[in-house]
Amino acid sequence: MSKQVEALDMQEVLAKVNPVLEKHGYDDGMLVGILQDVQAQFNYLPREALIAVAQRLGIALSRVFSVATFFKAFSLTPRGRHQLQVCMGTACHVRGAARILEKFETQIGIKAGQTSEDMKYTLETVGCVGACALGPLVVLDNEFEGHLTVDKIEPILERLD
Amino acid sequence: MITRLNATQELEGLRQQILASRNQDTLRITVCCGTGCIAQGAKKVVEAFKRELSAQNVNAEVAELKETGCHGFCEQGPIVVIRPQDIFYKKVQVEDVPKIVARTIINGEVMERLLYSVPGNKKEKCTQESQIPFYAKQERVVFKNNAYIDPTSIEDYIAVGGYASLVKVLTTLQSQQVIDTIIDSGLRGRGGGGFPTGWKWQSSKDAAGDIKFVVCNCDEGDPGAFMDRSIMEGNPHLVLEGMLIAAYAVGNVSEAYIYIRNEYPYALKHAYKAIEDAKAYGLLGDNILSTGFNLDIKICRGGGAFVCGESTALMASIEGKVGEPRAKYVHTSEKGLWGRPTVLNNVETLANVPVIFEKGVEWYKSIGTEGSKGTKVFALVGKVNNTGLVEVPMGISLREVIMDIGGGVPNKKQFKAVQTGGPSGGCLPESKLDLAVDFDELTKNGSMMGSGAMVVMDERNCMVDTARYFIEFLEEESCGKCTPCREGLRAIRNILMDICSGKAELEDIDRLEKLCLAVTEGSLCQLGGTAANPVLSSLKYFRSEYEEHITNKYCRAGVCKDLIAFYIKDNCPGCVLCYKACPTWAIIYNGKGVPVTLIQDKCTKCGACLDVCNLDALEVRSVYDNR
Amino acid sequence: MITVNINGKDYSAEKDETVLAVAKRNFIYIPTFCHNEAVADYGSCRICMVEIWTKKGKNKLVTACLFPVEDGLKVETNNERVLFIRKNIAELLLAKCPASAEVAEIAAQLGVYETKYRIEKDGNKCILCALCTRVCDEVVGRKAISLVNRGINREVAIPFYDNAAACIACGSCVYICPTNAITMTDKDGIRTITMPNCEMKFALRKCNSCGREWIPEKQVKYFLSSAPGLTIEEFDLCQSCRK
Repeated sequence: MSKQVEALDMQEVLAKVNPVLEKHGYDDGMLVGILQDVQAQFNYLPREALIAVAQRLGIALSRVFSVATFFKAFSLTPRGRHQLQVCMGTACHVRGAARILEKFETQIGIKAGQTSEDMKYTLETVGCVGACALGPLVVLDNEFEGHLTVDKIEPILERLD
Repeated sequence: MITRLNATQELEGLRQQILASRNQDTLRITVCCGTGCIAQGAKKVVEAFKRELSAQNVNAEVAELKETGCHGFCEQGPIVVIRPQDIFYKKVQVEDVPKIVARTIINGEVMERLLYSVPGNKKEKCTQESQIPFYAKQERVVFKNNAYIDPTSIEDYIAVGGYASLVKVLTTLQSQQVIDTIIDSGLRGRGGGGFPTGWKWQSSKDAAGDIKFVVCNCDEGDPGAFMDRSIMEGNPHLVLEGMLIAAYAVGNVSEAYIYIRNEYPYALKHAYKAIEDAKAYGLLGDNILSTGFNLDIKICRGGGAFVCGESTALMASIEGKVGEPRAKYVHTSEKGLWGRPTVLNNVETLANVPVIFEKGVEWYKSIGTEGSKGTKVFALVGKVNNTGLVEVPMGISLREVIMDIGGGVPNKKQFKAVQTGGPSGGCLPESKLDLAVDFDELTKNGSMMGSGAMVVMDERNCMVDTARYFIEFLEEESCGKCTPCREGLRAIRNILMDICSGKAELEDIDRLEKLCLAVTEGSLCQLGGTAANPVLSSLKYFRSEYEEHITNKYCRAGVCKDLIAFYIKDNCPGCVLCYKACPTWAIIYNGKGVPVTLIQDKCTKCGACLDVCNLDALEVRSVYDNR
Repeated sequence: MITVNINGKDYSAEKDETVLAVAKRNFIYIPTFCHNEAVADYGSCRICMVEIWTKKGKNKLVTACLFPVEDGLKVETNNERVLFIRKNIAELLLAKCPASAEVAEIAAQLGVYETKYRIEKDGNKCILCALCTRVCDEVVGRKAISLVNRGINREVAIPFYDNAAACIACGSCVYICPTNAITMTDKDGIRTITMPNCEMKFALRKCNSCGREWIPEKQVKYFLSSAPGLTIEEFDLCQSCRK
């Protein structure tokens, strides 16, 4: 689904990665936090950035790759302009989160975990975000849209550019 | 601005100074800025108050605006409480703010419209927090100050007596006495297992080593629980103080970590700020209050993995590795982070610690049951009228929590089950509602306390589907290291899916039970060790529902799509509720007084119609039922 | 010296030895997949589970490969509770690795000949025991491969499934794999190492005397970089042609 990613210029990558490593004192114990900050720079974890992190920290690339693929927060492919995270916590589940997710999937035409062809949306599921009173809900670009019903989804998507 | 405190006695001086600088007559407008209220617009309400207070010339001497942590009653957010009168306004919108300032702040009137009334009794309004049934039965120990203080202000915390327990401990107690006090208090870990906290500290203290660690777990991956986040967001210094006391008690600890889920932006922000401020006052860092005691606290951000609730996985993650557990034949209290003795406590546990020293062991022990002392914070969610965080004494019955505090099940639906303990816990039926809630009673009945999620389910929730939901969650969250958990959960999920789609046979239930036992006994860590609980407990209490799916190919809750179809009953008065709710135009309106028509070809069986119908005019039948 | 009781008989053991080590020394069979003396124990396959009773009264199932013995420990390696777990694990592994003869063999020893569980991937042989990644890390010291993804999507791979930069083509992962899930062929000057989800190719160096392709060029380079006394000429002849 995601598009072929072109190789990034290593100098540009380093310009973004180095300050992050600096901030964490080149401490490989902080790898999870480092990758989070690197991802915040690129909106995903580019291959070149992972290679740079491994080299600069002096640790194996295989370890960086393992960590990057283990935690749910990381994405190895570029994400869309808008990020939709449908909460699948228990409270949302018992209030019908499954049909909310299904509606998002059919409406956009992608499955959870995917990015739309035009790079407009990335649809993800997330464990509890702790706003159970609002369930079922979606976190849309870090803002909560709560008390969702199936008919509210089309207007939400239409509102985005 | 901040001057470092150079002696223990200077803290009380600072407190007096802060109190003296505050006018007792000033009104305090506290706006709940917990995540739940923010999601419902609390920050906009805060901005509106700022604008209006200045527009209507209300100066800071008259009224002070305070963004506080979570008040707990998320269902009614955004919440504004005006103190000292404790006037409780619910669901406050930006439009309400000018009137609140004009009428309540300036003229001292109470605005009826914004008051809470008990469902079903609109006339009786509750003016104060304490009159609201949701709060009346709670006992707030760790949450006490959440609704009063600004979590980003260390002065607010000090003003309510914060860090006094630390001073008491540092000046009057030996480290062993601190541990003895915690053992005596009966405090047990609030993160799930319920292991006695004092013993854990003792074991780390006794372990050899000149470098030891304290770790605070704020990873809270349990779907449906958010009390740790609310404590960290709403009162971070309380947690820091608990960590300081733990570090002093264990000894040889100069570094501690807080592991916070990255999905909790406010908790992170407030924790960073709290650490910075505590350092500036000399309450953290080198030579704390000039007593020679050092502690540095660092924050690690979790990457989103439920398995990191497992101590060894969490520690691997702090070391910058994959969050994979290891066998705990040697406990982490002896060999934890980087192989050193490590005390790992959850946020709520640590938040109890300063309270125990503040109010005394005897007071603390007077709350709770024989085996479980103190209070527990629950996230009361799901099909319940009053969603929110509730702090109750151990030993309270499930019925009191769900029916009295929670206000029962909404929309006239029937209560079916309550799920406690999250993915490691179980579902309890109506017959268990009088169970006293504590660590041991819940476990004895096939569920567990867990981190404190309490999810209420009604007749529209299918118990097989619920079990499948939890197993699917765990399958996705399993690290994949050991065979029983990785392969076993997949096999369990396959069987449950077969049951939900009518492809299973009755023998599959036995197979399921055996497999559950194998996963429980064979798994490496507690994720796998407890993973089968949602299945086993629902088999114990709701076995007939499993059998019904298999034998009658029928899901009474109307959830398992492959088995069911919806039919309109003759008593349908054509009220259009379902017509409006249907996302696929499968319901045709035939005029008032006439039943609607449901076109089966267009129906996706989403159940939206069933949720809104409160006249029992829809029937769920098996697709194999050819009536 | 301490005393451990296994299946009703007393044996002496060193403190901190594992149950498996004591059992092996005394010819008591406990099946294993993820255990190998070359690397540290890991406890992932769970087929070696045994039941233990400690002097303090603790009773539970543990993995023999990891559990350290203590004085007075009582162990049963073959009782009903133990066999129940082993049989279930064998059945789960049969569904995971339908193509593995080694899994089928241990399952058959336990009386398990078929699986009731759904087979997700035909032809799979990998049981995810991590021996390959552990040997690459602990023995070879290259960390060229690792376990990636989590849960049911877990698999062994080189970074990005295509970056073999750290691999020296030594083949240790191939030799240690207990289920032949990783294979290696040397043909036409190329060594091919095939993992369940990725493949690596390396040029081989010819022996100047017999002409046999005997060592990967990358391994030679690695040796040269790690021992300053070595010269390239020393790799001109294969081991069998050295006089």
